[in-house]
Amino acid sequence: MSRLAIPKTYKLFIGGKFPRSESGRTTEVSSPTGSFIANVAKASRKDARDAVVAARAAWSGWAGASAYNRGQVLYRVAEMLEGRLDQFVAEIVESTGAKPADARAEVSAAIDCLVWHAGWTDKFAQVHGGANPVAGPFFNLSVPESTGVVALVAPSVAGSSLLGLVSSIAPALTTGNAVVVLASELAPCAAMTFAEVLATSDVPGGVVNILTGSVDEVAPWLASHADVNAIDLTGAGREIAVECERAAAETLMRVVRPGTFGPTESAFNRIAAFVEIKTVWHTKSLA
Amino acid sequence: MIEISDTELALRAARLYYDDGKTQDEIGDILGITRWKAGRLLALARESGIVAISIVDSADDAEIRPISGITATDRSRAHGVTDSASLRAFLCGLAAVDAIGLEERAARLATRSIKNDSKRAALDTIIRLIDLTTLEGADTPGKVRSLVRKAILPDPADPTAPRVAAVCVYPDMVQHAVAALGSHKGDGVTGIGVASVATAFPSGRSTLEIKLADTRYAVAQGATEIDMVIDRGAFLSGDLDTVFNEIVAVHRACGRADGTRAHLKVIFETGELRTYDNIKRASWLAILAGADFIKTSTGKVQPAATLPTTVLMLEVVRDWFNLTGERIGVKPAGGIRQSKDAIRYLVAVAEVAGEEWIDPHLFRFGASSLLNDVLLQRQKMTTGHYSGPDYVTVD
Repeated sequence: MSRLAIPKTYKLFIGGKFPRSESGRTTEVSSPTGSFIANVAKASRKDARDAVVAARAAWSGWAGASAYNRGQVLYRVAEMLEGRLDQFVAEIVESTGAKPADARAEVSAAIDCLVWHAGWTDKFAQVHGGANPVAGPFFNLSVPESTGVVALVAPSVAGSSLLGLVSSIAPALTTGNAVVVLASELAPCAAMTFAEVLATSDVPGGVVNILTGSVDEVAPWLASHADVNAIDLTGAGREIAVECERAAAETLMRVVRPGTFGPTESAFNRIAAFVEIKTVWHTKSLA
Repeated sequence: MIEISDTELALRAARLYYDDGKTQDEIGDILGITRWKAGRLLALARESGIVAISIVDSADDAEIRPISGITATDRSRAHGVTDSASLRAFLCGLAAVDAIGLEERAARLATRSIKNDSKRAALDTIIRLIDLTTLEGADTPGKVRSLVRKAILPDPADPTAPRVAAVCVYPDMVQHAVAALGSHKGDGVTGIGVASVATAFPSGRSTLEIKLADTRYAVAQGATEIDMVIDRGAFLSGDLDTVFNEIVAVHRACGRADGTRAHLKVIFETGELRTYDNIKRASWLAILAGADFIKTSTGKVQPAATLPTTVLMLEVVRDWFNLTGERIGVKPAGGIRQSKDAIRYLVAVAEVAGEEWIDPHLFRFGASSLLNDVLLQRQKMTTGHYSGPDYVTVD
């Protein structure tokens, strides 16, 4: 007797939990050949607001963790991803029709991206911060600190089912931001499977929140949300990016325009895009 | 034949006479003695201290608690409640609450769709009905002053936001609240009221003397409203007389020298009363004893205010209005943190009691964090974008 397969219903990832969309909406995901793969949740603006609340609550803990600790957690994510490499390869092949070798290279690159950022956590402040010479007996130090809650529109181009998502999330996490990610509409399944990796790898609940659904529908609400401190529009379409940037101006939000970074680029400046510089004075000596 | 001592007989006779209201003749029949013997036994009972009688003069502010029986009020007398037996009979004669029906009704009220225009009006109404509360061990005069500033001008960025009905503090903080309010002080409509919890809040576990002293102190400091807690232990053990008499005594202690008095809100702590029937009985009992407001909870016990509980209490005040034409207030408190929830309560008030109750004299929210959420919603309606807790004052 043949066994009945159990297909997965993909949900959202908010506050460390996997809720269905508050709206109850789902969309079907099909393979390039047109066969049904799965139902994924279609997030509403209420889900986006819930995700912002969860991210805001989680931010202080993540930003307050030592840089070394954040590095360990990011490395742990890479370890967990390595263990699920075959699952991701199979999913990417099924949903995009990519060649298995290309899919394997992409997942490997995503793992390397996480390890690269894990290394930067306790070194970034050394390079991006500095000691400023001042005309007095003071230490004057500039220290980069996380911006706060960062909304990310993950890119959706060929070969970035997972890598595009990881390349968006990792730079923001490195310095201690909490993120709300709108997954690519082309690769929602890989994004939610990545959420399972995060959920099992010591990332505190709420530090990463992943939403699937229509970017055009949800992104403007995140862009206009006063409790979001920065938005990365790398994956947004041209028109929606303009609308988001206009909304973001209302609430003095940091904006990374589309095209600033490549969709799968790991770069020092990408980490630097989501920090605030704090300058502190300290007396050199009282003697 | 078994010999029964005179003391034992005197005890039985006293029970029959004082508790059951039998005549000396009937007692004689029951105990198999003459009615003269019964009279002598009752005298013995009084002399030996089996029975203690105290006389309460209602003109006198006596805090003497009758050991048996209740201090009837005008309200209770009008409904035939003059002693223990009639109080018990009245409360036990109330129709039982249909719990499933009540919860179903509350759930239905919560599904009403509120259109944007109404929502704006509802948010402002909610602010006008809030008793802005701080009841922490860590309360300081400074914290109370900042609470009062927030009560007067809830949203400094938007002066169109109305002020709240009252601030609610511990008795020793009343003086600071009164000083900070200055000319803004009023009765909830004319200005901001000062509500003080009293009577060994939140547990209510102390002697009546201390509870009354607590109340008098708060009133003397300038409280316009007193939020008292009932003695849940007495209520749950069936000692309704104690609960009733305490409310009557505190009601009297709310009086001021000039003949006016502070409004009395009676807190049931519905989470500790366990059943809807108990909550209904407590509501009637408090109204009969003289409550101006009935209030769900202290906010220190979970579950605090729930919609079904509030609907039930609204039904009681509606029934009281139909019976007497007098309007009693209702105050849900504790656990109402979001505007969405508060709007559901407003719907319940309008549907169950009537729109006349949407008035600071008749309905209040006991809340602290609710105000911030309402302000965030107002800001969203004004600016069009959502914001977070950094955009309202921390309290």
